This record gives sequence, C-alpha cells and structure tokens, in this order.
Amino acid sequence: MRVERIINDTNDEFPIGIRVLAVDDDPTCLLLLESLLRRCKYNVTTTNQAITALKLLRQNKFDLVISDVHMPDMDGFKLLELVGLEMDLPVIMLSANGDTNVVMKGITHGACDYLLKPVRIEELNNIWQHVVRRKRFERKDRYNSDSQDKLRANSGEAVGMGSIGNNGKLKKKRKDQDEDEERDENGHHNNEDPSIRKKPRVAWSAELHGKFVAAVNQLGMKNATPKKILELMKVEKLTTQNVGSHLQAFIRTFSAYSYDDPKVITKLTKFRLYLKRISCAANQQVNIAAAVRMRSPNGLGNFHTLAGSNQLHNAAFRSFPPRGVLGRLNTHAALLIRGLPSPGTIRSGHGQNSVNSGNDQCKLQSFVSGIHNANILHGLPMSLELDQVQTNKGVSHIGELPIADSTTVFPVSSSLIEATVTGFSGNPLLGVTSNSLMLEASSQQAGNSRDIDPAIGFRNGNTLSDFAPLAPASNRKSNADLQREPIPINWNAGELITSAPQEWNSPYQSNVTPCSMNSSIPVSGTMVQFGLCLDQNNSTDSDSIGPLSFIDNSAMEQSIIDKEGYLMLEPWGQGSHIPYNIGLLEDLWEFQ
Amino acid sequence: MDFVSQLQRKFIDYSSSLHREFTRLALYPVLANTQGIVDDQFTQLRKLEDENSPHFVMEVASLFFEDCGKLINNMAIALEQKQGVDFKQIDECIHQLKGSSSSIGAMRVKNACIAFRTFSDAKNREGCLRCLQQLSHEYSLLKNKLQTLFRVSVASRYLYVCLLIVSRENEHAEPFSDVLVFQLEQQIVAAGGSIPRVH
Repeated sequence: MRVERIINDTNDEFPIGIRVLAVDDDPTCLLLLESLLRRCKYNVTTTNQAITALKLLRQNKFDLVISDVHMPDMDGFKLLELVGLEMDLPVIMLSANGDTNVVMKGITHGACDYLLKPVRIEELNNIWQHVVRRKRFERKDRYNSDSQDKLRANSGEAVGMGSIGNNGKLKKKRKDQDEDEERDENGHHNNEDPSIRKKPRVAWSAELHGKFVAAVNQLGMKNATPKKILELMKVEKLTTQNVGSHLQAFIRTFSAYSYDDPKVITKLTKFRLYLKRISCAANQQVNIAAAVRMRSPNGLGNFHTLAGSNQLHNAAFRSFPPRGVLGRLNTHAALLIRGLPSPGTIRSGHGQNSVNSGNDQCKLQSFVSGIHNANILHGLPMSLELDQVQTNKGVSHIGELPIADSTTVFPVSSSLIEATVTGFSGNPLLGVTSNSLMLEASSQQAGNSRDIDPAIGFRNGNTLSDFAPLAPASNRKSNADLQREPIPINWNAGELITSAPQEWNSPYQSNVTPCSMNSSIPVSGTMVQFGLCLDQNNSTDSDSIGPLSFIDNSAMEQSIIDKEGYLMLEPWGQGSHIPYNIGLLEDLWEFQ
Repeated sequence: MDFVSQLQRKFIDYSSSLHREFTRLALYPVLANTQGIVDDQFTQLRKLEDENSPHFVMEVASLFFEDCGKLINNMAIALEQKQGVDFKQIDECIHQLKGSSSSIGAMRVKNACIAFRTFSDAKNREGCLRCLQQLSHEYSLLKNKLQTLFRVSVASRYLYVCLLIVSRENEHAEPFSDVLVFQLEQQIVAAGGSIPRVH
C-alpha cells in the first residue's frame, strides 16, 4: 500500500508523486495551483467543485487536499471537516483572506495549514510534510494497535477505555445484540486481557434514549443525576455508569457549540485532550495487557497493573493541574463536568435525545476512521506525562474521538481536558486532525490549558471524548479520586458503544479504541455515511446523497433522518446512519 | 545567386527591424512591472512556462480576463439594482477577484479590490460605483498590456523560427544572421518566453 511504502521510504524521493487534490472555484487560481504543484512534481488532480472533490476522494486514493475557503457549492471549512472525518487526509486551506479569525477558524476545523493567495511555489514545496507527519503517527499507532488488533477485531467495539474504567466491573448492556451478554467486562470475544480492549457496549437505542430523556426531563437539569435517571428509566441491566456516561455525552452534544467562543473551545479542547490521553493510556494498557495477559476483575487494578500504567496513571493524574479547573467549572459546563446536567442542556423530546446520542455515535464513527490520525501527539510538548504516555503508547490518537460535528463543542469537555490532560496521549476528541491535538497538547503543556487556543484542534466538537463521562466529574476531586475517575469513564465509554462490532475491524479501530467507546464507530463505511449524512443533511444537493449508495449497509432511514435531522441512535451494525444536523443541534444549545 | 543574396539581405534587414521592434516591445514586461501593473507574481508565473506548457502565461491570463470580466459585470448589475444592492454578493465577487488578481500578479487590480472592499463593507453604494469604475479601468489597462506582450511573444517566436530556418538553410548566410538569432533568443528569454524548439 502506498502509505506503507511512503512510510518506509525515507529517501529524498518521497515528496515526488504524492497525490494532491486541488479544489478551487476560481479557474485562474486553480490553473495556477495545478501548475505550481506539477512543478513541485506532485501528482495533481483538480476540480472546481467541492462536491466533485468529495466524490473523487472517495473513489481514489489521495495523500493531501488543498482547498479554497470560499466556494459556491460548499463552504471550504465544511469540506475540510468532511475530508477529515471520512478520509482523514491532511487538508490545506487556501484563501485570499488572511484575517486572523478566518485562519483561526481554519485551524480549529482541523486544517493542517492555511496558505494565503497568491500561493507561492516555495510554500507548496513543503506541503508534503503534512502527509508524512500524519502517516507517521498513523503508522506508529498502527504498530501499537497491532497487538490489539485481534482483540478489536473480535469485539468490534471501542476498546481500551472500557478496561480501564469501571472499577473492573463492567456491566454492559447490549441492546440489539444477541449477547450472551452477561459476559464480564472484558468483552465477549476476548478471552483474556482485553477487558481493556473490548467492552460490550451499551447500545443506546432510540427507545432507551427516549426513556433516558424522559427521565432527565422529569428530573430537571439540576436533579438529573445518573442514579436518579437510572431509577426513573427502570431499565434492567443498565448501570449508573452507563447512564452517567450517556448523560455526559448527551449534555455535551447539546452544549452550545461555538467555534468562536474561545472558552468553549478551550474547554472542549482540553477535555478532548484529556480523553485522548486517557484513551492513550488505555490503549497502552491494552497493549500491555495483551502482552501480559493480565486480567483483573478490577478495572482500576488493571489500570494500575498494566505495565507502566500505574506510573502513567499517576503521572496523568498528577498532572492534573490545580489550575483552577474547578474554578472554571462555574458555568453550566462546570455542572456538566460534575456530572450534573446543566439547565437547558437536556432537552425534552425524544427526537432530540436521539439526536444527541446519534450524534455522538456518528461522531465516533466518523472518527474512527479519523482516528488513525496519528498526529495527535505530534508536537505535543514533552511534558513529563506526555513523554510517558507517548513512549508508552505511541498511540497518540487514541483519544481521537471523532469529532463528528463541528457544532458539538463541549465546554464540559474542554474544562475537563484542561484539568485532566495529563500524560495521556490519547485524546479522544481528536479524531479529525492531529494538528489540532498537537496544538491542544502544546497548549496544555504550556500550562495555558485554560487559554488553549480555542480553534485548536477543535474540529467537530465532541465526540467520544465527551464520553469520558464520569471523568469530568472527577475534576473537582482530589487527585486520588481522579485516579479512579478514568476508570469509570473508560468504562462508560465502553458502555455506550452500540453494536457495530464487525465493522470495527478496520485499522481505524486501533486508534479509536479507548476512545471509541462511545459508539461503536462503524468504521469506514459508516464514516462515509456519516460524511454523507452531513452533506445530505445540510445541503439539498442531490449529489451529496449520491455517495450514500456507496456505503455498505447504509440504509439511510429517511424516517429517522426526517426527525429534525437529528441523529438517532441506531445500532451501528445496521449501518443506518443518520445525518447529524448541525444546525438543529446548535439550536439546542441553551445554556449560557 | 546574386538575386538570392539580395533576397537574403532584404530578409535580414527586415528581420533586424523586426528585431528592433521586438527589443523595444520585449521591454514591456519590465515596463509593466515598473509601472506597477504587474508585480513579482507575474514573473513567477512566467517562470512556470516551459516546453511542456509553452503558452502557460497566456492561458492563465485568458482565464483571468474571462473571470474578471464576468465578475465586474456581475458587480455592475448588482450595483444597479433599484430594489437594494446585494452587498454580500458584491463582497464575494470582490473576494474572488482579489484572489485571482493576486494569483496572476495584477497588483493594481488587487489594490483596487482592496479599496473596493472597504466601501462594500460600509455598504456605500456611491463609493462602490466609483471603485467599480476604477477597477474596470485597471482591468482594461492590464488587459491591453498583457495582450501586447503576448502578441510580441508570439511574433518573436515566429521570427526566431524563421531566422533559424534561414540561417540553417543557408550555409553562406551572413554571420550577422547568427548574431541576430542569438540576440533574438536572448530577447525572448528576457521577455519570459521560452525558446521554441525547431527541428
């Protein structure tokens, strides 16, 4: 495969022949760009429409995308997100407009780079770096995941996180699966270690989610604690942790998303970083566990016993900066972090709830593919923890939870991340661009976590990382408590994974593992679906619907889609994919 | 023999005068630069022209003229709307024009766009109309200069080819023609063109 070849080929010939897709509606610029790229000896394909670009990307293999920001058929940022979600390619933005806020927007949406017109050949000579960077991390991650592949393959679930969390007791609830469910937390397919890796997930079906939402509504935002919700829901085999993590995700999904709100973005970013790190740690642990075949009923124990995990764990939590994370948690975001629904976060309405869940799932899905965006750790400042994490795992993108939708920025997450970003290299939130993570991590490391550049790395808001459900709550706890936090979080993450087991066997999975707990992220197929869904949802262009047919199992259920365009929870295994209507979700944002 | 030589001499004289014209006109790009019509980006563009894409600059410029013409037209129509000027559309046009003009190196057009934008942001119709006029003017100026340049380039290429053929065909050609060919080659290169290959 070309990627492998490139990775292994370190000679100077690498940049030659990389496949670049150039998208620009201005014919003059496009011709110029094409000539310049050819002059740099790249393999260039051009198109002046974003939709055509997506088609081309799906049909052919490319290494890099350069896209204009202003295009008539689709916003360049949207294309950027979609490409990151579906294909996880590095995307370079191009524009005549060099205003800082626009550049910021590009970076937050996950662009690898932002070039100004007129573009010069010197700049284009260097774009191959983005390709290498991304592939390197991806490869590194793959190596790490190799040992876990079989685990993953079996379970098809988001791995990693589950094992870490939940105090060793994972009660998973499987909705649409046959399951022989009452397996122990370590997942059904694994006979051994892998509790770390495979955790049966709770499939939050529409029905279940409906109950959840009803319960939340009944309780009110202030009272909607997982325990009470659980009581109201009266569903068997559902644990508080399941509900808690779902609540977290739910809240996050509806958190107002605003790319432009630095606080929100910062918090989210931080949270994502944290989740990522956790997942990386989890990933790491999984690796270790796989090797060691260690198995402990106590999730926490696993966490600690996994080689190095203990250290990592401690380091991670130690690094929990007493930066006043708690202080920051004074908004509803804070409430969310604490596991309490903030007022306004919970909307009544089944549809909305479904959307929320669906959204998360979708996000996860999309990110699964994006997870192998290895750049997450790239460039992360080498804090002690990070170093540990990185060396331990090398899976920087574990945390790369797909950021399904730009609208889902989770303020909660960000604060969490800030607080908890530790050595965990896994940032579940990343999913889309490694660069973003890098930035996040960097910021974190710089101790500015609070002031993390909001744009950084925030691609679609939140994804699985949001699922680090209980983790946020731990923010205000002591470090000791924190140590326990990840477990529940991880575990929870695993819980929410819906069934999409088999689709998991993609290389993406490895990356997702710990993070992907939340929703079985159907990998490639679904992701494409997801991307398409986005497209479909947000544009009436029939072209965008076209590609959907390419997806296996993709039976877009129109009825579901019609429900305000929200994502409904569907077992991923069915391949149904509901477009996530960003606009609608944004409307849901009520707090603050 | 004598007659042929006379013809050759006539041809060479004619070529010299053409050559002088070309020398003068080949300075055009330099003149254009100094006048600020096109900037360094245009030079970069010319560098991209080679055997594989011998008419690259001309192609890009043609695209630009077409695009620019359309945009200016659209803006004129938008500004004429009685019901209300759609400044958003104008803004988009300006943005696109700015992008393409900077890509081709049309400095003055780009500057005109920047000025235009401030009026458009302020939703000042009068100001926009004035700017549009200025923009049109710059565009025409650029178009004229570039078209002249292209004509000269094409003409010089033909001339060069002719001279080459003549000098090769005629072993007894005056050394003067070789010098002429050489000088012409230099002029072509200086004008940013590529030497056409003659087999």
